[in-house]
Amino acid sequence: MIPAAFDYQKPKTVDEAIAALSGSNSKILAGGHSLLPAMKLRLSQPSKLVDINGISALKGIKEEDGEIVIGAASTHADIAGDRIIKSKLAFFSEGALLIGDVQVRNHGTIGGSLAHADPASDWPALVLAADGAIEVQGKNGKRRIKATDFFTGLFSTALQENEIIIAVRVPVPPEGTKATYQKLSHPASRFAIVGCAVVRFADGKTNIAFTGVADHAFRASNTETAVSGKAINEDVIATATNTAVQGVIFLSDHHASAEYRKHLTKVYLKKALQVIT
Amino acid sequence: MSIKITVTVNGVKHTDKVEPRLLLVHYLRDVLRLTGTHVGCDTSGCGACTILVNGKATKSCTMLAVQADKAKVTTIEGIASNGELHPLQEGFNQCHGLQCGFCTPGIIMTACDLLKNNKKPSEEEIRVALEGNFCRCTGYENIVKSIQYAADKMSAPKARKTKKEATV
Ligand SMILES: Cc1cc2nc3c(=O)[nH]c(=O)nc-3n(C[C@H](O)[C@H](O)[C@H](O)COP(=O)(O)OP(=O)(O)OC[C@H]3O[C@@H](n4cnc5c(N)ncnc54)[C@H](O)[C@@H]3O)c2cc1C
Ligand code: FES
Ligand code: FES
Repeated sequence: MIPAAFDYQKPKTVDEAIAALSGSNSKILAGGHSLLPAMKLRLSQPSKLVDINGISALKGIKEEDGEIVIGAASTHADIAGDRIIKSKLAFFSEGALLIGDVQVRNHGTIGGSLAHADPASDWPALVLAADGAIEVQGKNGKRRIKATDFFTGLFSTALQENEIIIAVRVPVPPEGTKATYQKLSHPASRFAIVGCAVVRFADGKTNIAFTGVADHAFRASNTETAVSGKAINEDVIATATNTAVQGVIFLSDHHASAEYRKHLTKVYLKKALQVIT
Repeated sequence: MSIKITVTVNGVKHTDKVEPRLLLVHYLRDVLRLTGTHVGCDTSGCGACTILVNGKATKSCTMLAVQADKAKVTTIEGIASNGELHPLQEGFNQCHGLQCGFCTPGIIMTACDLLKNNKKPSEEEIRVALEGNFCRCTGYENIVKSIQYAADKMSAPKARKTKKEATV
């Protein structure tokens, strides 16, 4: 399958990339592992691709002002193997290793995954549970979008036209924080049929995020209230799993029916809570 | 629009003008005539098109040729040296690691990436590494054995070459 024709530019800086994006129907090319398959099927036919892989400012992972800053063009493999991530945000490393396969992890990027906002992708749940923020840059400069404000619907985000995700910022979890990501992978693609990320701080405050369950990843705030500050025992888990499935419009497709996803939501939340106990 | 790219494939530099939409796998197969890299699913799933780009296992049906500008690419044609099979090729031969052979080049290239980072992978690590490569024939048992064969051979102390062999 061959994509429709397009122009191609590979800028060296974010400013150049923003300038290159102006004009109709241009798209950023990061790892290409969501975009190119869509272009081959002609579901997407941009007239220009702006390849951001030549922008060194978008690569690399560092710690800055109490935050871990992950460059948007860092690949899943870069993140999984990074020293800072492994020591301070280990569940990001574990989560990254559950994405796709080796080849996908070698090219797919965190920025591309968040911008694409596939309802079955893993990063949205991880970044949401970690209280992360998405730093973007556009014609009017930089802004920071909380992950909880970022995902707005099926393949939809708060990104505005010609805005580029430049980094993902996650507060360094304080001493004593426990975190896990539990996922039922699709047997072929490894996309999440249901994924549940849980971060529990030393004071018992608990963040819970789901992906794969509904049209976009979300924080389960009522469930968080049911768990936060309480010792996790069978009763709390039962209340939490029952709360988690209230008011959710479950996805239903040929991989899993809404009813099955509802069941899996309980199962994977329970697994995650048991792991962090 | 066409763009000039320079790609080093199996140690040889190639410069060509290509359309941005040309996929890397088609550049390799149709422009360079390196047809060892196969197209299976063409939808990023099967791994038959796997090659190494700057040492990393890559599905070449999911990358544009222009993205490989200035990169080092290794395909199945590039891993034997001086007429001697790569230990992985020898392993697949010795352990009956293929039947129809369609998946084999992609699997061998993924295994190259694995063995570079993990000299002695366990059976489980081999199977996890092959998550992105599908084989419809073998049931994977002998593929795992073939890769173990190569890992053993590559980590065995090298037999000292006699003077005569060294000059061949
Ligand atoms: C076989 C296969 C299995 C997969 N399995 C999984 C899985 O298990 N879990 C999972 O989460 N994902 C999975 N994926 C998706 C994969 O992780 C993608 O790589 C990822 O979702 C998109 O990242 P990318 O860098 O490839 O983005 P691209 O494909 O390059 O871009 C995707 C979209 O995001 C936009 N974009 C990219 N970067 C930016 C940026 N910095 N700022 C603004 N917009 C941007 C692009 O314009 C495009 O619209 C799989 C993909 C494949 C092919
Ligand atoms: S042909 Fe590229 S993954 Fe199947
Ligand atoms: S040997 Fe036939 S597909 Fe693997």
